[in-house]
Order: sequence, then structure tokens, then C-alpha cells
Amino acid sequence: MELIQQLVNGISLGSIYALIALGYTMVYGIVRLINFAHGDVFMVGSFVGFYAVTMLGVGFFPALLLAMASCAVLGMIIERIAYKPLRNAARIAVLITAIGVSLLIEYVTIYLRGAQPEAYPSTLLPDRNLELFGVVISSQSLFILGTSLVLMVLLQFIVHRTKIGKAMRAVSHDAEAARLMGINVDNTISATFAIGSALAGAAGVIFGIYYTKIEPLMGILPGLKAFVAAVLGGIGIIPGAMVGGLLLGVIESLVSGLGYSLWRDGVAFVILILILIFRPAGLFGKNVREKV
Amino acid sequence: MATWKRTRGFWVSVILAFAFFAVVEWLIASGTLNVFYVNTLFFMAINVMLAASLHLIIGITGQFSIGHAGFFAVGAYASAVMTMKLQLPFAVGVLTAGIAAMLAGLIIGVPSLRLKGDYLAIATLGFGEIVRIALLNIDYVGGASGMTVTHMTTWPWVFACLFVTILVIANFTNSTHGRACISIREDEIAADAMGINTTYYKVAAFAIGSFFAGIAGALYAHHFYIIQPSNFGFLKSFDILIFVVLGGLGSLSGAVVAAVLLTIVSTFLQNYPETRMIIYSIVLILVMLYRPTGLMGTKELSSLFKWRKAAQGGMNHGGKNTVA
Repeated sequence: MELIQQLVNGISLGSIYALIALGYTMVYGIVRLINFAHGDVFMVGSFVGFYAVTMLGVGFFPALLLAMASCAVLGMIIERIAYKPLRNAARIAVLITAIGVSLLIEYVTIYLRGAQPEAYPSTLLPDRNLELFGVVISSQSLFILGTSLVLMVLLQFIVHRTKIGKAMRAVSHDAEAARLMGINVDNTISATFAIGSALAGAAGVIFGIYYTKIEPLMGILPGLKAFVAAVLGGIGIIPGAMVGGLLLGVIESLVSGLGYSLWRDGVAFVILILILIFRPAGLFGKNVREKV
Repeated sequence: MATWKRTRGFWVSVILAFAFFAVVEWLIASGTLNVFYVNTLFFMAINVMLAASLHLIIGITGQFSIGHAGFFAVGAYASAVMTMKLQLPFAVGVLTAGIAAMLAGLIIGVPSLRLKGDYLAIATLGFGEIVRIALLNIDYVGGASGMTVTHMTTWPWVFACLFVTILVIANFTNSTHGRACISIREDEIAADAMGINTTYYKVAAFAIGSFFAGIAGALYAHHFYIIQPSNFGFLKSFDILIFVVLGGLGSLSGAVVAAVLLTIVSTFLQNYPETRMIIYSIVLILVMLYRPTGLMGTKELSSLFKWRKAAQGGMNHGGKNTVA
């Protein structure tokens, strides 16, 4: 039963990773950029949700929507200011810029409101424990799982059934050809950043409810781990990010369940190095031969 | 005579370096430099060593590594264990630090150098985090509260280590092996086709770079009395990265100058850590947007003082240019 309990916890945690990983994977799929600032967009989302609840006094869903909307705008601004001018620059330059943006967001947040942590109000979601075949599941983690699932289904719908989704798939396949077909590549990239960042914002609110403590540097570790999740599933592949996130969450929970909770943060990076060595294209990826 | 002409710049620099050493030694001995300045000077030297060693990996060989603080940490802890736990002399500690960091470099380098670009960056970042988390969890080295270390770093030690670091890296760059590394940076596939063993040279650059990062770690540990895993996090790696990027990817003197200047800047901003990080990150973004090669590009400082003839003729006798 202990094992199943850990599995349930792992799936809740994993769905948060999956939401963040989706943003990474979409952005990587379309502009081949590891958006280091993504973890910090997640942090901003968490704070927007917090202030919406404590200052405006709104409930869970309005706070979630507000966080998603502001993160979408933030994501688009970041893309326009920092990444767009470097579209044809060396990869290393873009990567360094992304690190710069990430630090800028973190330290501007600290500058504006200080580094002290905040406690998320715990009354936001009904907290009751359900007992199912001897496994205790809190209604919060069900809520979290439900919200993430709805968002992921929504994302699948956008990517596969709408015009902008079709444009996104086309640009990620071949940006030049897409441009020749009359697709506005810049707007499509902006839309990708907006959608990815909105998901990160939602993950931020959910993370706040689940862990109750938020602070300006909280985005670094979940951000890196979500990246690991994206690589695990095969970067650039949307279902891969979902599976990778859930898998990573479950592995982490099992490791802490086995009594190695202090090593929990290291596990993700060990997985990363192993997957990069043995299957660099990820679980769902295909190996692409390099051409000169 | 021809040899003298070719190596003139080198010997002049060596003599200048020793003159600088003597002057500073005299200033410290006579007490003109107070503790604050000596501290800054040592910190500067450690940063220069870190910048030079990362420059070899990123600037010369083109392997984007953002986990340099991991090697720094391995060196710091290895030397501290030697001197504090095993009561061995400082020299043994320094040497062990270098060798331990080099071994760490080999362990991480051999598998992950099959990766390229972004993936390598993330793998090295992951390595840095693993080192930090491992140190947090090993009780033998004090876990989160860290280790207390006696002060053993003196100016002759700092100077000697710094001198050897710069000498080895500068000469390596100008050697056959250095040229091979530069060719990997410029185009790995072409270098491979020319018969260069790219894996060998990448691992070699990684090993040498991490060796000197480890030495820097030993000096750091024995200067600041206490070492904690939190000193060696991602932010430290980022600090080192910004020296190399700002100075110019591929310019040793650029990296050195950037390390010296930024150490001074961060000493002044010590009481405003947020402001410092905001300035750093904005500078980083602006440099990448407007001058992606860094301030110096691949040029060296010495090329500014080149004799006109050498500059025009294209055949430069100084052999100091790392421009491929």
C-alpha cells in the first residue's frame, strides 16, 4: 500500500513537472532554444496567483486564469525582446541570453518584493481525504491532477485541431518552407511562447497549492527538472513531455519513499545524464542522422 | 636570433609577471596593502584561474560547459580533506585538488562529450548540481554546514598557481594540440575529416580545464576559512561563465581582464547582491544582443601592441593570435 501511496504522490508531482515540461518542449520544438527563463515564468505565475488570491480575494479558477494570462504576456515579451533579435545567431549566444533573462527575472522579483518566502492560503481548494482501497488520496491532489489533465487535453486540441496549432506544427517542421507557404512565422513563435508560458503559470499556481511555500528562487529547480522531463520524453515531442514529467515525478517519489529523500534532487540529473548517453533522442524520439 | 624574436613577447611577459609578484610581495610584507585589498587580490587571482580554465573549454575547444563550479567544488573539498582530515601539507592538498577535479572532469567528460551544444550544457549543469547535492549528503565533509579550513593560502602560492595556469593554458593554445582544439571549435566535422581525434582533444581540454579549476578550489578553500556546498551552486558556475563570455569567447586575455574587472565591480556591490545580479544579467543580455563575440572577440590584448610589419604581413611571429 505504501508503494501505491507513493505512486499517487508521484503522479501529482509529475503532473506539475509535465505542465512545465510542455512549455520547454514546445519552445524547443519550434526555435531549438532551451528557454532557461521558463522556470522563472513558472515562479512569476505562482506569485501572480498568490497576490490574486490574497489581495483581490478571488477563488482558485480566476487566480489560475489570471496567472496564465499574465505569464502568456510575459512569455511573449521575453521572446520579442531577448530571443527574436538572435533568431539567426549562434546557439551559444541564445543560450547565454536565456540564462541572462532567467537571472534578470529572479533578481528583479527579489528587488521588488524581497527574498522572503510566502505561504499559499490553504483554504483555496477543499481539503478532504478520500480513502480508496486503503490508499489515502487528498482531494487536493485529485484537483491538481484534474486541472493538469484538462490543460493537457486543451493543448492537444489547440495543437492538432486549430489553425494556429497547424501553423505551429508547420514552423517546427521547417520554418523556411512555412514562411514560403504564407505562415507568419514570428506570430506563430510568439503564440508558442504564450501557450507554453501560460501552462507554466498554471503549474506555478498548482505548485503553490501543493507545496504551500513560494519564493523568488523557487523556479530554478523545478525548471531544471522539467527540462529533464522534456529530454526524457524526447524534446520537441508534446506527448513525450507529459509522459516524461509523470515518470520523473513517480521516480522522485519512489526515491524519497525508499528513504533517500535528501538525494531526491540529484536523481533527476542522474536520469538526465543516463538518458543523454544511452538514448539522446529521448523515449519517444527518433534518431536523426547528422548532415554536414 | 630568430628564436629570440619569436619568443620575445613571451619572456617580456614572464619578467613583467615576476616583477609584479615582487612588488606585491613587498607591499604585503611592508603592510602597505591592508587585509581588504589582499583579500580582493586573492579573490581576483582565483577568479582569473577559473576564467582561464573555463576559457580553455568554452573559448578554445568550443564545448559549452556550465557546471564549472562542480570542478571548483571537487577541488576545494579534496584539498580540505587532505589538509584538515589527513593533516597533510598544503602542497599535497593543492595537487590532490587538481587531480581529483581532473578525474571528475574525465568521468563526466568521457561520456558527455559525445553530446553537442545544448545537451552538453545541460549535462554539465546537471553534473554541477549532482556534485553540490552529493556534498550536501556526505557527513564526512560536514553536509550542509560545510567544513572549516585553516587559512594557508599565501601570496607566493596564489602567484605560483596563477602563473602556472596562465602559462600552461597560453602555451597549450599555441601548440599543435591547441590548434586541434581550435579546429574543433570552428567545425567539428571538418576537424574530424582532417584526421583530428576530436574526442581525445575534447576530453583533454576538459581534463586540463577542470584540473586548474580544482587548484583554484584548493586556494579558495584555504583562504575563506569555511566551505559550504551552497558556495558552489549554479550561480557560481554562472559567475565564471560571465567572465568568459564578457571577455570574448576565445580570448584568454579577454577572460582574464573580465575576471579582474568584474571582481572589482562585485567587491563594490557586495552589500547590494540583488543589484549586482541585475546588472550582471542585463550586461549579459546586452552583450549577447549587440556583440555576441564578447568584448574582445577572439583577439588577444597583445595583438593591440603588434609591430606594424607583423600585422600587415599576415605571418605573425609572436604566434599569439588564437584567431583560427
